[in-house]
Amino acid sequence: MKKYYATAIVKFKTSVLEPQGKAILLSLSEKGHKEFSQIRVGKFIEVELVAENDREAQAKISQLAEDYLYNSVMETCELKVVAQES
Amino acid sequence: MRAGILVFPGSNCDRDLISVLENEFQIQTEILWHTEHFEPHHDLYFLPGGFSYGDYLRTGALAAQCRSIASLRRAAQNGRPVVGICNGFQILCEAKLLPGALVRNRDLLHICEWVPLAGAGRWQDCFPENFALPISHGEGNFLCNEDELKAIEDRGQVLLRYRENPNGSLADIAGICSPNGRIIGLMPHPERALRPSLDLAFSRERFGRLFFEKVFSLVSK
Repeated sequence: MKKYYATAIVKFKTSVLEPQGKAILLSLSEKGHKEFSQIRVGKFIEVELVAENDREAQAKISQLAEDYLYNSVMETCELKVVAQES
Repeated sequence: MRAGILVFPGSNCDRDLISVLENEFQIQTEILWHTEHFEPHHDLYFLPGGFSYGDYLRTGALAAQCRSIASLRRAAQNGRPVVGICNGFQILCEAKLLPGALVRNRDLLHICEWVPLAGAGRWQDCFPENFALPISHGEGNFLCNEDELKAIEDRGQVLLRYRENPNGSLADIAGICSPNGRIIGLMPHPERALRPSLDLAFSRERFGRLFFEKVFSLVSK
């Protein structure tokens, strides 16, 4: 079994209200900042796992993402998997 | 009639619901804990409101992966009515037993108030003109893509609409059902609209009763 390290970046789709970014923008505008037009906050998720090979690691992470990490109704998810030096 | 009540860590409307079912409708209840599979022999199932798993990750997302939900899928396949209230609705969406998702309210606030509602789809004209129920949620803003919305509307799956949209919900949706009409999810709390002891702003009309009677009419059909 090999060790793998994976990351997931989960973002709200652009059509969906992202409240944290909106709140930051509101705070900035109250302080007079006009240069920031858009802030969107997402999630960065780190996963460590073991798998037989790259393909299995990719499949396991994809399944994890689908079951847990994001909801395709409102979010997108970018996955990266790298093998770790042992 | 026997009802199974799926309870998760963080559920907080289970006791209100059980109290209403047992005392107002003489329905036996059994609590089904999230760590256990169950035999789906109950007449119907409820998922109460609350903050399952602290609403971590997304509302309802972690509860949707529980053992009890695996058993609930079997019950639903057998046609047993399933009702998710508030967080229960969010869990049913995350479990893909209902379409769409519930995201943060438009104005980013938790809203706790009585809201006027209208029956829609197969519940069109089922409720009086002044029908209203209490809501209490931060994530009740129903969302799905355009094609899905069209499918939901065409099949009459919208059961309840807000008459004054409080949370930005798509098409004013407050409650929907599955294509066969037997899995129901709604953001309002009918269990809080039945007994004076459960609500200080108690309505004279006991609107919650009308909702539960519609649900019970699905049993053994």
